[in-house]
Amino acid sequence: MKKDFDKDALSDMYKDKFLAPENEIRFVNAPDGSIIEVNPLDDYFCQERPKELKPRKGVVEKFLNWARAESLWVLGFGTGCGSIEIPPLSTPRFDMYRFGVQMRATPRQSNVFIISGYLSVKTLKRAIRSYEQMPSPKYIIALGSCTINGGMYWDSYNTINRLDHYLPVDVYIAGCMPRPEALLAGFGKLKELIKEGKAEKANEYIQNLDWYKANQKKIIKDWNMPDYNW
Amino acid sequence: MDYSLSRFLYTLLGLFIVMNWGMLMSSTMRRIIARVSGRIGIPWYQPWIDLIKLYSLRSQITHGTMFYLGPVFRLMGGVGLFLFMPMIYGSAYFMNYSFSGDLILILYFQFFGMLGMALGAGEGGQPYSAIGISRGLSQFTTIEVPMTLAVISLAIQYDTLSITEIVKAQQGSIANWTLFTNPFATIAAMLSLLGAFGHSPFNLVKAPNEIPIGPPTEYHGTFLGVLRTNGAILHVTEAALFMNLFFGGATSWLELILKTFVIYFWSVFVGVVFPRFRIEQSVRWFLKWPTLIGIISILIWM
Repeated sequence: MKKDFDKDALSDMYKDKFLAPENEIRFVNAPDGSIIEVNPLDDYFCQERPKELKPRKGVVEKFLNWARAESLWVLGFGTGCGSIEIPPLSTPRFDMYRFGVQMRATPRQSNVFIISGYLSVKTLKRAIRSYEQMPSPKYIIALGSCTINGGMYWDSYNTINRLDHYLPVDVYIAGCMPRPEALLAGFGKLKELIKEGKAEKANEYIQNLDWYKANQKKIIKDWNMPDYNW
Repeated sequence: MDYSLSRFLYTLLGLFIVMNWGMLMSSTMRRIIARVSGRIGIPWYQPWIDLIKLYSLRSQITHGTMFYLGPVFRLMGGVGLFLFMPMIYGSAYFMNYSFSGDLILILYFQFFGMLGMALGAGEGGQPYSAIGISRGLSQFTTIEVPMTLAVISLAIQYDTLSITEIVKAQQGSIANWTLFTNPFATIAAMLSLLGAFGHSPFNLVKAPNEIPIGPPTEYHGTFLGVLRTNGAILHVTEAALFMNLFFGGATSWLELILKTFVIYFWSVFVGVVFPRFRIEQSVRWFLKWPTLIGIISILIWM
């Protein structure tokens, strides 16, 4: 759906968003003389509201959940200081590959997002975009105390305190910092949850999308992206 | 050529065997690489689980028509390579659809999948995809040079472009293998194989930690599942091509499994020893020694 050509007729949705100059509607002269409207938010991002994706029923879902649990692909996105605990997992001492855990470099191919420690406001924006780009079913592991209540950053001007106000968390790993063993135990816990069919936080996120979006917008002042961008 | 239904079904059965052997081979190689670095590595059944998971993701997005067709073309490259390759020499069932000029067609099919993938990944719009594609195409062009020289040398030596005829000429004893009758062509081709399998030092296309995944950066779910299925087929079939041309072919599945394993292991062996090249180093390397050896192999048979 193309928006109206008139700039004044823009919906409020676009107005209060601190739009970056490159995301404003602009008009381009085509070689044949016609004028083309370019609306980056419409053209580059998906504006459609996400739908809840129900699990299948019975044995099929159990089997698929088993496969999902045994093949956890982790998004290699170090968000906080805890990300230093992730590389040792691929060394001989801890060797996460034994448990079917592998690192992926792109959100499109990942299922598990490790929020490793504090999230600054700037990183929160990137974390939300990465999370929304991951295909469902997706899981979040929150590493370290800072994701639970802010930890040692609880009165910082630039970090969030409770992660689950902004993104749905499946497994918390407490500590400052938790050692890689704790992270492996967290993977074990996540596997249990998936196999029991209890790791459906991606759907929970969609059910409460308005609440999550309101919380996120309270923190992120320069929103500068559409509400839904998968 | 025989176009009966039973022939078709046997070819499908062969494809199924090759796919599963390819997955088992890839997990075994990853375990070997893990042992080299002191780890235990993935379970041997990990590729199948990954595949089930990829095919069962609930949400997927697309970037357009070519994005859909990219993996399909890639799979066609692998399956096409398989279709025209005589897998088991002398078998009435697993000669597939090989014919008198199949060597030329197979050389083409090696490139076909890459071109399709380049178009598909290009539509994904990821900058890393574009870098991976440009690296992949330029590297593969230089890989083809020594490979083609070796094939021309073989064509002069055996006076045929049929893989079946080439395998037939190598039967009898190990001394009849091209490895011993035409060592220069074998060396040139085995060096180009290092690049074709994409292990270090020639893993520039998917270069981990550098251009994260390369061309398939935007691919996920079923798309990636198709790409992985193709990877399993392609590795075995390409190894089977080298087996047919240089190592006497195979007369049973057991022989095929052993020989393809050893041929694939050659690239893994080099891979765990050497670190990654940069693209200009890789291109120069292929155009230097393997090409020179390839030219010598032709001059000898002129």
